[in-house]
Amino acid sequence: MVNIEIDGIPLKVDPTKMIIQAADEAGIDIPRFCYHKKLSIAANCRMCLVEVDKARKPLPACSTPVSDGMKVFTDSKIAVNAQRSVMEFLLINHPLDCPICDQGGECELQDLSMGYGEGISRFTERKRAVKDKDIGPLVQTDMTRCIHCTRCLRFGQEIAGIKELGATGRGEHMEIGTYVEHSLVSELSGNIIDLCPVGALTSKPFRYKARAWEMQARPSIAPHDAVGSNIELHIRNNDVMRVVPRDNEDVNESWLSDRDRFSYLGLNSEARLSEPMIKVDNQWQVVDWQTALEKTVDGLKGVINKFGAEEVAGLISPTATLEEAYLFQKWLRGLGIENIDHRLRQQDFADSDIDDSLNDWQLADIEDSDAIVLLGSNIRSEQPIIAHRIRQASLAGATVSSINLFKRDLLMPVDRQIAVNSKQMVQSLAGIAKALLAAARQDAGDWLDLLPERSPSAFEHNVALQLSNAMNATLFVGDLINHQPQASILRALARLVAELSDSRLVILPATNSNAHKLAATLPVDKGLNARQSWERALRGYVMMGLDPMLDTAQPTVVRDALRRASFVVSISSFDNDWVRQYANVILPMACFAETSGTFIGIDKRPQQFAGAVAPRGDSRPGWKILRVLGNVSKLKGFDYISSQDVVDEIESPLRETKKKSEARFIPDSLELDSDLMLISEVPMYNTDSLLRHSEALQQTPESRHNGFARINSKEAEQRGLDPQHEVVISQDDRQVTVPLEIDDDIADGCIYLAAATPISAQLGSLFSQVQVRQAGAS
Amino acid sequence: MKLDQVCFRTSHLTPSWTLEAYRSVGGYQVLESVLKNKMRPEEIIEQVKNSALRGRGGAGFPTGLKWSFMPRRLPGEKYIVCNSDEGEPGTCKDRDILRYNPHQLIEGMIISGYAIGAQTGYNYIRGEFYEPIERFEAALEEARQAGYLGRDILGSGFHFELHTHIGAGAYICGEETALLESLEGKKGQPRYKPPFPAGYGLYGKPTTINNTESLASIPVILQYGADWFHELGTPNNGGSKIFCMTGHVNKPGNYEVPLGTPFADLLELAGGMRNGNKIKAVIPGGSSTPVVPGERMMELEMSYDGIGKGGSMLGAGSVIVMDETTCMVKALQRIAYFYYEESCGQCTPCREGTGWLYRVIKRIEEGQGRQEDLDKLVDMAENINGNTICALGDAAAAPVISFIKHFRDEFQYHIDHGRCMDNTA
Amino acid sequence: MTQMLLTGPREELFSDDLREQMDKWIAKYPEGQAQSAVIPCLHILQDANGGWLSRGIMDALADYLDIPAISVYEVATFYTMFELEPVGKHKISLCTNISCMLCGSEKIMNHLQNRLNIKPGETTEDGLFTLKEVECLGACVGAPMMLLDRDYHEYLTPEKIDDILDGLSS
Repeated sequence: MVNIEIDGIPLKVDPTKMIIQAADEAGIDIPRFCYHKKLSIAANCRMCLVEVDKARKPLPACSTPVSDGMKVFTDSKIAVNAQRSVMEFLLINHPLDCPICDQGGECELQDLSMGYGEGISRFTERKRAVKDKDIGPLVQTDMTRCIHCTRCLRFGQEIAGIKELGATGRGEHMEIGTYVEHSLVSELSGNIIDLCPVGALTSKPFRYKARAWEMQARPSIAPHDAVGSNIELHIRNNDVMRVVPRDNEDVNESWLSDRDRFSYLGLNSEARLSEPMIKVDNQWQVVDWQTALEKTVDGLKGVINKFGAEEVAGLISPTATLEEAYLFQKWLRGLGIENIDHRLRQQDFADSDIDDSLNDWQLADIEDSDAIVLLGSNIRSEQPIIAHRIRQASLAGATVSSINLFKRDLLMPVDRQIAVNSKQMVQSLAGIAKALLAAARQDAGDWLDLLPERSPSAFEHNVALQLSNAMNATLFVGDLINHQPQASILRALARLVAELSDSRLVILPATNSNAHKLAATLPVDKGLNARQSWERALRGYVMMGLDPMLDTAQPTVVRDALRRASFVVSISSFDNDWVRQYANVILPMACFAETSGTFIGIDKRPQQFAGAVAPRGDSRPGWKILRVLGNVSKLKGFDYISSQDVVDEIESPLRETKKKSEARFIPDSLELDSDLMLISEVPMYNTDSLLRHSEALQQTPESRHNGFARINSKEAEQRGLDPQHEVVISQDDRQVTVPLEIDDDIADGCIYLAAATPISAQLGSLFSQVQVRQAGAS
Repeated sequence: MKLDQVCFRTSHLTPSWTLEAYRSVGGYQVLESVLKNKMRPEEIIEQVKNSALRGRGGAGFPTGLKWSFMPRRLPGEKYIVCNSDEGEPGTCKDRDILRYNPHQLIEGMIISGYAIGAQTGYNYIRGEFYEPIERFEAALEEARQAGYLGRDILGSGFHFELHTHIGAGAYICGEETALLESLEGKKGQPRYKPPFPAGYGLYGKPTTINNTESLASIPVILQYGADWFHELGTPNNGGSKIFCMTGHVNKPGNYEVPLGTPFADLLELAGGMRNGNKIKAVIPGGSSTPVVPGERMMELEMSYDGIGKGGSMLGAGSVIVMDETTCMVKALQRIAYFYYEESCGQCTPCREGTGWLYRVIKRIEEGQGRQEDLDKLVDMAENINGNTICALGDAAAAPVISFIKHFRDEFQYHIDHGRCMDNTA
Repeated sequence: MTQMLLTGPREELFSDDLREQMDKWIAKYPEGQAQSAVIPCLHILQDANGGWLSRGIMDALADYLDIPAISVYEVATFYTMFELEPVGKHKISLCTNISCMLCGSEKIMNHLQNRLNIKPGETTEDGLFTLKEVECLGACVGAPMMLLDRDYHEYLTPEKIDDILDGLSS
């Protein structure tokens, strides 16, 4: 530590710090534009010039390291003169169009110009004007306002890992932009809106919608991945006007994924349900809540009385809050219904007894990993903030490998990446396990008969070495394994590899599913899982927060089951045709931002949030609907006043389930079919109803190709497929006709077709075998 | 007055740029002796320090001292980079070293590499120098053939590879950290300092950047000794220096004369004033250095300290001579335009300020000046000065401040009358 | 102009000859520092393309050097020797900076404009000449001077300009 003095205040400071960091820690304000604690130092705005004794000119606080005995003056005549000069230069070409600028009221330039600017400009020449650039549906540009601080450029390069924005031209003609107009493709692109200190980069969907001072900020938790990013909802007149990140170093730091930032746009969708409805003589009628709730309970009791409670299943979206999950199962179990599940996209439940969840593990620990292996995970789209953490680990020297059904630019240094089909993936993991066993001179134990005879390939050896050489290795298993019909085999192998290499295994959970495990929205001891509940075509279904055709693994199986059922209840925020066709009661539920609750992310951190706006129309928070359903069902213990009462009740039993399960799972065989397999990835912006109704997200390049099938050129050639024409993908008697794209990043033996779209809803089983032929050919 | 003692010592030969010509004046003997005798690098640095050689690119920083900052014992790659991105208005000496005596530069770079522990050198030559680039490349090839470059040079165990790198039109790349950025394939935007290149230079490795003339002086210093070189000039201003005599003189040209030569003698060497006109002003070191009134200039001697006495700087030795017919407003307008055009755009005061300065001066020149303009110009220039990442800001400010200081009447006349004083163009 | 392949596998981009020229430059820099060659490569490609750089060329170079396209655009727009629009067969870059100005570059500029009937930044209708006003080219002792394609011409006078241009126009 060194001793310095800032404005006469003696400080002990880490000698690696810059003056501005020392000042920030001491709460001494130094004006700045280009400096940002999470980005590299640029020292280009010159706003933070301060006087340092013995220096012959003012020095930038952001790039001047502290040294012992240094005396810094941030508001001396020299410092303030320098800062005022810089402010004058910044303002001469700035349009000063604050009245029509979205940044007005929260603009760093506007704020500082109050302190350092002059009332009247000495600049009488013409101001510079810069043409705006269209960089996509999320970020609006007004580049005449740009002060060239380059925060956005540094963000792209250093955090997002993709250099899309640059500063072209030079001198006064330097412009920030993409040069060739195109939409940003980073899943973190919205952060440049927050980083931009002026109104050059603003939120496009928010443009001209509200003023900073008209809105109230309410803290909340983002519900679209397993991170639970901390957010602020900006509210005006009971409307969520925008979403911005809330700093939390343990969770999302200062960042927010575009998915979490722009999902709120779905809140005002026309498809929002606002009134309870019941079906009478095949016609939907709007009714009061009491009628709808009574009809729900009567209908369910009718089915139970006639066919038994085992003929009813309750399916709930893993995005639902802990309180909703808990009350959902409590209510259904109170009625005797044990067929309950939230694992809607899962198809293989063979290893359900195994608890892979981690204790005492934090998101920030990812950055301490020195070896990372991604198995079946398109991590950038599944968990963008985790991808960012992995990227930071990679930049700090961690080795990264990826084994997946397709390759994708991970925007970080990657040591090895392969695209393999499921059969090959099993082989690959088995080979890695063998290599690890050989290195440790261990025998295979229970796995002896399962692992292949052959010696491991170079790739398998390298991954084994990567893991065994590491002090702190982490394996991530993602949706592209977890959604497969053979997921248990792949997960078992991943567990084996993790065990042999002493690595940490992280099975990436779907959004709030850690809360659902705690709340037991899954069969306990008895009852059917999600897949069984649909496949067995029961008599009654209760669905909460899901679109049955888009949020499940077997869309047409679900459709057939619903069609045959005699009583179906849907508790949902969004209307849809399928539900209208098959349900008997629709209960409108409050959506994200409209309800209070608890989110438990991948690191098991419980994060509570309050409702920020009133629910749409006559819709009600899920937990309240369930509470009243409990009452109407005449069940005991449904007298909660607040969602906190629910949590208080859950807490104790939850702690007990934290015990690690002793269960082991070893598959019977490692043999898999080798037919053409459908890759049914859920696109980043299709993971739940709210996202699917966010128009801006649906217009991004990410979403634009969801309707295309993709196959590699080798497979296309072998099958005689011409990408100029459509192809027919068929599965038993079901088929879809779609345009085809050649994509050599897709593994052999696979064809990619996005899930959770109206097209995939026409198929019977995602991630399973399909046939493909050119349309028009027989 | 002794001419052509150092960088132009082959100038009496035709052609002067071949290996043969260079060897005939003792070229590469120093390198051979350094390698053969395994001369201690510290000793070379000491000699360069003692020679009082100061950076010939403009800043005048002692070369030996700069070399001593290199962590030469640190393992890993280190670089020596030659700055041949000559572009300061009024400066054209390095071009002639490249064209007429490239081998001396090559020898100087090899020795400097040896001294600072670098095994790779780059000579960054501005892209417009097609002919000098060819000359330098041809000389490199000759040197390579002769065994002065590559692995295990002359059996000494010392490896050194030297490459040409080319620019593409950006004055700012003459700033040493902008040059490094450019050499890394980026825009030439200066880096903030610290860290300095000796710690974090090319590709993040320790790097020394020296001007062409500085490096080309090294073989002569080592050949004839630090004292000989030092004594060529004056105390603290060692050696001779190439002065680019341009503007209103009868015989514009590059003259290599001892430091400390009176300006009057240099002017005479350049054939005196054109048309016998009266001298009005001189920019002694390139457009970035403050202008000096003619009569004052006639009293000064051409050395770092000598020009300093006149309130200006020796810079790169680029002497721009202006006679009585020169309109100082127009001259300043042209210089101001240059800095506006060449500002890299990275930091605020320079990006915004250079254009503003230029536009106000242009307005005055065009007869639209306002009474408050002169004070405003000086104030703006002072607000740029010292507040930027690199010295381009200071360079843009210095002419404005000095022109208005010495020729305020002429500027005022422009504002009052909307035109030049009668005796100027 | 050289025929260039601008899309496709890296080892087939541009042409054999151009790749060979560029590879010589790339080899000068350490492993992983191919970006260093961006300026020399842009020169090579500009020369091969009749004096200017198209977006396709810049994108292909980004692929060839394995750097983001925007990094190539940044460089191409920063350095004045790079042309991003088609230019004439011959490029005249006249220096008008201080030393050249003192020695009459204004007269030379006027003469060039009159003779070619274009302003700085423009190209003659016959596509033969592009005229540019440039900053100091480092040949101030030969003022006024210009760069014509790859050659410096010094001590210019209107007559000398006529001689030079006559030689090129015929």
